[in-house]
Amino acid sequence: MEIPYTVSTRPDTGLWNAKIGIWLFLASEVMLFGALFSAYIFLRIDAAPGTWPHGLLNVPVGTMNTAILIISSVTVVLAWAALKMRRYRAYWWYMLATITCGLIFLTVKLAYEWPQKFEHFGAYIKPDALAKYEQYLGNERRLEKGLEPRIEITGHLHSQNAKEYEVALDPVNAHPDDPAMDRPHFIPLPVTEKIATIEKADVQRATMFLPTHSAYFASYFTITGLHGLHVLGGVLVFIYMWLPVSKKIYQRNPEHLANRVEVSGLFWHFVDLVWIFVFPLFYLL
Amino acid sequence: MNNPPDISQDSKEYEEYAHGIQKHVRGYLMVGALLLTFTVITVALSYVHFGTDKANIAIAMLVATIKAGAVAVFMHLAAERRLIYRILIFTGFFVLGLFWLILLAWYDYPVFH
Repeated sequence: MEIPYTVSTRPDTGLWNAKIGIWLFLASEVMLFGALFSAYIFLRIDAAPGTWPHGLLNVPVGTMNTAILIISSVTVVLAWAALKMRRYRAYWWYMLATITCGLIFLTVKLAYEWPQKFEHFGAYIKPDALAKYEQYLGNERRLEKGLEPRIEITGHLHSQNAKEYEVALDPVNAHPDDPAMDRPHFIPLPVTEKIATIEKADVQRATMFLPTHSAYFASYFTITGLHGLHVLGGVLVFIYMWLPVSKKIYQRNPEHLANRVEVSGLFWHFVDLVWIFVFPLFYLL
Repeated sequence: MNNPPDISQDSKEYEEYAHGIQKHVRGYLMVGALLLTFTVITVALSYVHFGTDKANIAIAMLVATIKAGAVAVFMHLAAERRLIYRILIFTGFFVLGLFWLILLAWYDYPVFH
């Protein structure tokens, strides 16, 4: 059976069918991500003082991943243009570049950024025990400066027993009175050698940096996870279009393959678009 | 280049068409460079304190919206068919409605504020 309007345009819409299909799909995607972003806004504006973390993500790595997605957005549109100009060889290379960028993005996310969080530990201190840990929190100075109080001690969990945690402190808790720690650093500072002992009785909640840690990490993992699935989906489609099987379509009708690349490119640009908002919201603000 | 005509067998016409695409390619490269520049700007601005956190968020979102506009060039949105714009208007309406509901829900809990 011949599927109509894959190349020629439908007289009533003036478009080939896949074009309308992808835009309707992207409209539903806007609602999907819109729901998650609105949940993020709601959680963030309602967060109690000191509970919305800043500077926990690796900004240089996030910036690099942003650049990689942007470059892949350029290469996919160049791949489409190459097909339009009937340069299959160039198309093949641009597609390979796009696939590589997508895979690098996913690898950085799944093999580096996420696991690093899974290894990080945080203990929220009970409100009445905050004064006891003043040396790690520096709240007296923060109060004077009108800053939100620190209520969490973070770092690497060294060891724990039934009564206490031993934590190799993050610089922010190792030097809490240093004004340089009031703002996030561009290059993340490594965990210090300074060990703090925190009594479990003083801890409200202690967890690794998992979705259960806070509303921040819950929304971070949900949104970047869903975004990552989109990147994976895009990469799989691109691989299909890059394999020899697609050359057959090209040989039969080059416009057909060009249109396929155009609609999957539209999807890819949408994925890039989502990241353009995810990156500042989670990494920078 | 929205819905370009099927490439003509006439070699002269094809040359013209390929030349048109080639011009677009230059545009795409420039938009890519612009997006990379704005990424650096976004990162740099986040280390400047604009008085309140809200101001910083507003500025970052403004830069992100400019970047989104640039991505629209890749999506050929400058010259699409009317039907696509209609789909987008509906989408915009509903997504803004969604954000509006969140805003209303926020005012619903005076106990938190």
